[in-house]
Amino acid sequence: MVRLLRWLVLLGAVGAGAAWFLTAPDDVNAAVYAELTGDAGRGALVFAAAGCASCHTAPDSAPADPPVLAGGQRFVTAFGTFLAPNISPDVAGIGDWTDAEVIRAVTRGVGRDGAHLFPALPYDAYGHAAPQDMVDLVAYLRALPADPTASLDHEVGFPFNIRRAVGGWKLLFRGDDFVVQGELTPAQERGRYLAEALAHCGECHTPRNALGGLDRSQWLAGGPNPDGEGTIPNITPGALTWSEVQIVEYLTSGFTPDFDSAGGQMAHVVRNMAQLPADDRAAIAAYLKIVPAIAPPVPE
Amino acid sequence: MNRLIPLAGLALTALLTASVAVAQMDPLAAAVKARQSHMQLYQFNVMALGGMAQGAVAFDAAAAQTAADNLVALTSINQMAYWLPGTEAGAIEGTRAKPELWSNFDMAIVGALGEAALAMQAAAGTLEGVQGAMGALGGACGACHEAYRVAN
Repeated sequence: MVRLLRWLVLLGAVGAGAAWFLTAPDDVNAAVYAELTGDAGRGALVFAAAGCASCHTAPDSAPADPPVLAGGQRFVTAFGTFLAPNISPDVAGIGDWTDAEVIRAVTRGVGRDGAHLFPALPYDAYGHAAPQDMVDLVAYLRALPADPTASLDHEVGFPFNIRRAVGGWKLLFRGDDFVVQGELTPAQERGRYLAEALAHCGECHTPRNALGGLDRSQWLAGGPNPDGEGTIPNITPGALTWSEVQIVEYLTSGFTPDFDSAGGQMAHVVRNMAQLPADDRAAIAAYLKIVPAIAPPVPE
Repeated sequence: MNRLIPLAGLALTALLTASVAVAQMDPLAAAVKARQSHMQLYQFNVMALGGMAQGAVAFDAAAAQTAADNLVALTSINQMAYWLPGTEAGAIEGTRAKPELWSNFDMAIVGALGEAALAMQAAAGTLEGVQGAMGALGGACGACHEAYRVAN
């Protein structure tokens, strides 16, 4: 009995140790990034593709060029309210962060203090970003106007405020590789990179489980809008019947095939996508055609 | 004869009442209908241009110019009477107009649409011109829908 108890205690300690180890914030390979030089001009396109301004500009601010990333927008979710931080080059933002610290936050979801960031920041998607794109992005961020607005704390209650638990979330729900696999043409591959990594389409267009993890078996199949207003459409070939030309038009001008126009969050997305080279929008359209088709649920 | 006079009077009164009722029937619903008709005219003319821009319809310079001229004409119509207070989503059926349209309207949106229509009018002579002007036109339509239309 005593021996069994001793074993159980040992096992428990090993389990706790393993859990502690597995939920530890990870780092980026700084050596990979150290060899690269950022180009702010190319970074502007990465910034547009990644849609950073949609969340990090001040609430209700008009689109500005260059954007001022003062933060402050509120994102109300079932887990609490997340507040987008200031990521401008001021000390109130990322002014005194190193490049590696910024890239670690964006691609691994780890803050400057080494704690996990909440997945309101789509680091799961950005984790697939190319290293050169990330150093270009940082170069661009550093060239934007500085803003001294202090970042506000998230309004997240127990137990979701336990940062270490976010490590468990990452362990369970982070995707190791791109969702769409198989032989891809260069255009489809580029489209996959843009849609799955930078533009993080899946963050809204893929339904989530009760813990907020993406249900990748329903990739881009849509679902209820987490913001509460309306639904997010299914954009797999099972529901989206638009031609590639029509998808490109939508991502360029915002016009749907019946020449209504994009509204809500997608109006932001279209404004960002319109800044990319035409080939990139065509690549996204090519990618959407090879996403596994998921039929919309039959109405009861 | 004497008995017919009151009957005729009754009929006349009924007729007058009915016509007054028609004239005054639901001015709010009529305003919503009017502005939605205006939007449909935008859509119809943009569709003509967009079909050519996408290559679904062969380019026809005269048709493109007509559609672009129509857009300019539509943007010059004073719409104030369509946007009556009390016709926002939630207050009346069949509209997606957000209350912010009345409480916090940005007039720059109207100017941007007018400019985009003029740019299309100037560019409508060639296919490349129409293709190039679609983006700004879509952006101007979308700016208003983004700010003031309830999502589907």
